[in-house]
Parts: sequence; structure tokens; C-alpha cells
Amino acid sequence: MTGVTPLLEVSGLHIAFGAREVVHGISFSVGVGEKLALVGESGSGKTVSALSLLGLVQGASVRGQAVLHGGDQVGGSVDLLALPERALQAIRGQDIAMIFQEPMTALNPLFTIGEQIAEVLQQKMGLARVECAQAAITLIADTGIEEPERRAKAYPHQLSGGQRQRAMIAMALACKPKLLLADEPTTALDVTVRRQILDLLTDLQRKHGMAVVLITHDLNLVRQFADRVAVMEDGCVVEQGTVDAVFANPQHGYTRRLIASKPQRDVVDPGTDAEVLVQGQAVHVCYPIHRPGVRGWFSNGAFVAVTGADFEVVAGQTLGVIGESGSGKSTLALATLGLIPFEGDLRLLASTWGQGVSQDRALRKAVQVVFQDPFSSLSPRMTVEEIVGEGLQVHAPELDVSARRQRVQAALLDVGLDEEQFAGLLQRYPHQFSGGQRQRIAIARALIVQPRVLVLDEPTSALDVTMAQQVLQLLQQLQKERGLAYLLITHDVDVIRAMAHKVIVMQRGRIVESGPTEEVMQRPRDTYTRTLLAASE
Amino acid sequence: MVHVSPAGRAWQRFRRNRLGFVSLIVFCILVGLSLVAELVSNDRPLVVVYQGQVYTPMFKDYPETTFGGDFATPTDYLDPFIQKKLAEPGNWAVFAPNRYGPRTLNYFAPAPNPAPPGAANWLGTDDRGRDLLAQLIYGFRVSVLFALALTITGVALGVITGAIQGFFGGKTDLAFQRFIEVWGAMPELYLLIIFSAILAPSIALLLILLSLFGWMGLSDYVRAEFLRNRQMDYVRAARALGVSNWKIITRHLLPNSLTPVVTFLPFRMSGAILALTSLDFLGLGVPPGTPSLGELLSQGKNNIDAWWISLSTFGVLVVSLLLLTFMGDALRDALDPRKADA
Repeated sequence: MTGVTPLLEVSGLHIAFGAREVVHGISFSVGVGEKLALVGESGSGKTVSALSLLGLVQGASVRGQAVLHGGDQVGGSVDLLALPERALQAIRGQDIAMIFQEPMTALNPLFTIGEQIAEVLQQKMGLARVECAQAAITLIADTGIEEPERRAKAYPHQLSGGQRQRAMIAMALACKPKLLLADEPTTALDVTVRRQILDLLTDLQRKHGMAVVLITHDLNLVRQFADRVAVMEDGCVVEQGTVDAVFANPQHGYTRRLIASKPQRDVVDPGTDAEVLVQGQAVHVCYPIHRPGVRGWFSNGAFVAVTGADFEVVAGQTLGVIGESGSGKSTLALATLGLIPFEGDLRLLASTWGQGVSQDRALRKAVQVVFQDPFSSLSPRMTVEEIVGEGLQVHAPELDVSARRQRVQAALLDVGLDEEQFAGLLQRYPHQFSGGQRQRIAIARALIVQPRVLVLDEPTSALDVTMAQQVLQLLQQLQKERGLAYLLITHDVDVIRAMAHKVIVMQRGRIVESGPTEEVMQRPRDTYTRTLLAASE
Repeated sequence: MVHVSPAGRAWQRFRRNRLGFVSLIVFCILVGLSLVAELVSNDRPLVVVYQGQVYTPMFKDYPETTFGGDFATPTDYLDPFIQKKLAEPGNWAVFAPNRYGPRTLNYFAPAPNPAPPGAANWLGTDDRGRDLLAQLIYGFRVSVLFALALTITGVALGVITGAIQGFFGGKTDLAFQRFIEVWGAMPELYLLIIFSAILAPSIALLLILLSLFGWMGLSDYVRAEFLRNRQMDYVRAARALGVSNWKIITRHLLPNSLTPVVTFLPFRMSGAILALTSLDFLGLGVPPGTPSLGELLSQGKNNIDAWWISLSTFGVLVVSLLLLTFMGDALRDALDPRKADA
């Protein structure tokens, strides 16, 4: 960072909540016009560190120094952590602005985005009302939102996720800040939109010459965007340097693990004579939706979530389903599980849903599921033994308590959880486990009834990268051992590359492309597939 | 290593709240004492030894002739003559600390009614000559037991209806919601007045009438929790495992939906005590002669000079409602997931 005038120098930053210290004396600096990425897994203290610079962390005791050089508001150099609240208020938005992860909750739903941006201008720049409205429209246009005059009059819920994030950026840039803190600005967005927002940030950064601190867990983003990177683990900065240097030659073990955490492909081909377990033809799912006006009193409209879906899963094979949120991929998973009504022909092991109670029960045993969020997929008030053993109570009620316990222990062992690591494992409650461990418990719950088909609904997207990699490895291993068929729902191209034998790409409820994974990845035919792949480069 | 369930953790957090925990203990002691009120405040001796014979007047009526009286009527142990007989050498009797029952009238009282506090009646008497302390002890018992019963029926009705609405949703939910709107619009107090005019007043009638209207608020909370929780992935996973509706409700949804129910328990109790007191105050509550805090309050209003009536009744009400409120506060904090587990 030689030759760059420092803008913000943080040194010895400690943050503690009560007796628990979460950030242990970190130091980093940002130069004028520099792009620094703060990388780390959830709980590493990266967001808290950034928020504490603006005095936005409530109930925490913050020690250390954060010197801002050449701020317009205070002049000269000031220590942000020592400033009184009033002085900080002047700095917020003016010298240092912030954008957040979830624009839907960060924008006020009761005001139009034009009004919200104008308010910032009025407060901070002292502009007159008419000027503000005009300036807001210019700002909105700068962030690449089409028809800025019309969009300025829109409420946050009337905009798409990408447009909302653009509006947030417009608001943050209203006062031409010297430093922008961007807290996971693209995490809540779809992959194809992520790229656009990142390009926009790069553009604006160059145009205004402002410095950006990007807080993220996504190494792809860092590589594309940042000049320098600081890697955080457990409240410490373990490594920092230029992006090229750190990625080419990571020094710290954690950085190496993080960089190597891209999922590895380790799957075997099921062979040509493998049994077809799931076969869907023209599967069609629609939800009733409320129709506006008087008509809505008498009948519901229909929202088509999935239509004309043809797919096939063979024993020992993974069918990857990729698409953005709202593309119908999770609906397809629920239909396969028989949890929502559907039309069309869906054959599972030469049977289908709704043939009667006993047939359905047999199918339930054969088709199991692992959900995305390991925190909501385990009942917080049941012990591990109760959670994992539940399937046995339904499908093997003849087992007595000790036999069931043995089966539960065996299933937990299969997913890599045993008594040696976790004393009293069976009597523990979900809150005593990390996200990755919870996901293992969820897999054990599915495996205990010895299913043939496992529906994986975004099994790793709520996990940190290193955890996600381990869970994927476990799934690969289980598939090889037991010849399981996976229906893998994901939005992550890397996961598809690592896991899937065949892939279908979904957009707005339709399958736009399908085929063997390599073929689709190497030679995508559909334009949407190309955008999707380009976005996750 | 012992693994603590979420309920166990809540209990530990509750215990850490000194005020709430002490309130719980004090309240339990008070309720316990009032449950054995016959041992604490009774106009009959617990045991009598008279001329070498053992009598248990607490459980059995003895005619006055047993103790050397003239008539075959039940013994009045407040009668100075009987007391003199019992005090003769060789005879003895164990009395309750407070020598009056809830309906005891002291025909041998030295002062006119209502009598101020003194050696004979520690808190004085009411305008009918009944001992105030005995009235308060038995009135407290009636209030607490009534509140407990009302809370149990209200919670049971609220949880069941809320669970049905939240779990099945759709048309069931819609129908129930409209019914609750209509039912909730009924004028509760007027119905009580009408019914108490038609039917003979009794505690059971009061319990039924108040229960009919007391479940709606809770049912809304339970419904909302069920609606939220049934979307959770653990419920979907249970469905995918083929778990029956009934098992899903009892094993997955109920335990995870009871937080608002438990939180409101002490507040419902205090609300119920207050409801009974105000109905008694208006004369619409328990049948005449039943010891009741509300009736004492209305006596206090009618006899402003007899300050001991209103003051001591007020004291009992304030203490019991405060204890319940402290408990409720502590419980709410203990069950608040946002509170740190420090």
C-alpha cells in the first residue's frame, strides 16, 4: 500500500459484549480510493468491526483507535472511536456511508425511494426540496436504474432486489462519501444480479475516487473487486495483503483452507443399467393466489410455479437443479416429496403419491429430504435422539428403545458424529451444535430410514464455505457407499460442478436446459444458462 | 455432562431473577397456607382432651352436652362457658392460631361490629361481626383456586382452538376467525348480569361464563405461533418422514408454540383474581356468605370509618397481584429468546 495516502487507520480494535470479547485487537488501514475486502466466515467479527467504526454497535464496549484522515466534517485527523455521538452523526453518510446486506429491510417501506434519497440530501447537504428531488433522480439514474423519474416514485416493495440494492447505493452515495462500508452487498441477491451490482460499485468507486471496505464471505467477489484483502478468523486478522499476493501465496493456514474450500468433484458414474428411481413427465404445480378486487372474493387465481418439467433420477446419480430464487426449483423438490399437490406424471420407484396410506408410507421411507437452513430444520425442543429416531417410530415401530437407540447411534456415526467428540450426544439439543453439525444431524435423520432417493434443497447455502465443503464431501461419500440418488437443488454453480451428473436449469417455472453436467457447463445452449454461468465465474 | 433442554434453560434463567423467584416462593407458601386454612384459622379446636377422652372437633360435630353444656346443639367453642370447661385441670385443647372460621359470628364479642383490630380479632371484624383475618385467608383461597381453574380452562380452550386454526388454516381458520369476531363482540358484563338474575349464583356458573369469553386472546397467539411454526423445515421434514398430523401437532408444534401461553400464565392468574374481585364487588359474583375479597371491598366502601376492612383487603389484593406480576415479568424475561444467556 505504498504510495497511497491513508484514509482510515484502525489499530488495536477490541470489541466486547459483556465479558465476551468478539474482536481481539485488529488493525487495518484503507487508503484514499482503495478497495479493501474484509473476509471471514460468519461469527468472525467482520461486520461488528465495520459497524463499530460508525458507533452503530449497541451494548458493546469498544477499545482501540480508528483514525479518519481529512474528513470534511471535522477536518484533519480524528479518532472515530473517541468522538461524541453528535460528531459521529455528522460523519455518518457524509464522510463514511454504509450499505447493508438486505435492502428490503434497510429501506423504509412507507416512503418512496426518491423521498428517502431526498431526505438524506436535505439533512446532510441542506438542499431545497425541489433541488433534492431532482438530485435524487440524478443519483438513481447514476446507479443504472431505468426510467429514474418513474422509479423515484416507487416504494421499496415495487422494486426488484437488484433495484433496491441500487437504490441503497444511490442513497449511500448521495453525499459523495470518502469511504463506503459495504456489508455483504450482494449476498441477498440472485447470482446474475450480483455481478451487475459489483460492476456498478466498481464503476462508481472509480468515478468518485472513494474508498470501499467490502465485507464478505465470498472469495469470488474479493478476487473480482478488491485491491487488498484482510482475512479474519475468530476476531483476529490473520492475514492481509494485496489480493494477488494473498491468493497466489496464502501464508496463514486459515487463508489456505478458505481458498481451497471450493467444493471438489469426487463422484462416480452410476453405470448405464442403474435403476430409474424418479421419473417426472410434464410435472405441473400451481399455487392459488389471491385475486384483486371483488373477483377475489369468489375465486382464486393460480400462480404457476412449475410447468412441463421432465426429469429423471437414476440410482447412484445426482440430478442438479439450478436456478434463481422464484424459478420453481424448491417447488419441484416439494412435489417430488409429495408435500404439495401436483399434476402430471411423477413416478417414484414404479409408484406415485396419493395411492393410499400404506403405499405413501412406503414411498416416504424411500424418498427423504435435507433442507437448507439447519437452524429451522431441527425442532429446538427435541433431543438429537428424538430427532434422528423419529423416522424409526414411523417406519419401524416394532423396535424397542434400546434397538432404536443403536440404530440412531449408527446413523449418527455414518454422518461423522459420535460420542467421543460430543459427550452425551444423544441427549443434546440442537442449539449445542454448529450449523455444519446440525446439517449432519439432518442428514442422519433422513438416512436412518434407509431411503433410496434424497432430495437436497440447498443443503450447503446456509453454511460457511469450509463447512459446506465438508458436508458435500460427506454427501459424495454416502452416495458412493449406498448408491443413493440425489435430487440436488441449488443456486450455486460450484456445487453443481462438484456434485451433479446431470443438470437441469430452471427459469420462471420452466426447464430451459438440461443435459449431462459437463456438456451444460462447457457448451451452454440457452442464453439464460450462459448468464448464470458467466455470473458465477 | 448434563444437557439442559430449552425449558430447563428457561427455568435456570427464571431462577436467576431474584425478585421473580422469591415472588414464586412467597406465593407458593401463601397458597399452601391458604389450602390448609382450616389449621390456621378455625373456630373449632383441632384436638380436645376432655376428662381423659380425646375429641377431634375439626372433623366431627359434638353436642354441647359432651363438654358439660345444657343443650344438644353443636358446641360453640367461643362460648366463655365452654372455654372455662376446657381450661379445667386435666382438660386441654389445641386451637388454630386464629380462632375464627370464615362464617363464625362471635356472639360473645365485647365490642360492636365492625370492631377495630384488637386482641380478640387481630384485624378487626366486618360489619356482620365475622373475623376479618379469617375472611381474608378464606377469600384468598377462593380467589386463587378460582383463578387457577379459570386459567386452566381458558388455556385449554385457547390452545385447542388456536392449534386447530393454525394447523389446518384455510377455510377452518377463516370460519373460526369470524366466529371469534362475533363471539368477542358479545357484551360479557351484561350477560353476567342477566345470568346472575336468572340463575342462582354459584362459583361454577361464574367459572363457566368467564371461561366462555376468556379464551379468545390466547387462541390468537397460539394460532399465530402454529401458523409460523408449521412453515418450519422441521415440520416439513416430519411430514416427509410420514409422521401423522396428530404426532406433528403434539410433538413438534405444541412444544414450540407454548412460549406465549407460559408467558401469560401469571398475568392471566392476576387478571382472573381481579375479575372475580370486581364481580363480587358489584354483587354479581360468588353466592352470599362465601368469603370473598370483592365483597369485603364493598363492605369497606360502605363502612368508610372501619378503615381496617378496606385497608387490609386492599393489602392482600396488592400483595397477591404484585407477586403474580413479578413472576410474570421474570417468566417473560426467562422465555425471551433475544435475552443473552449470560
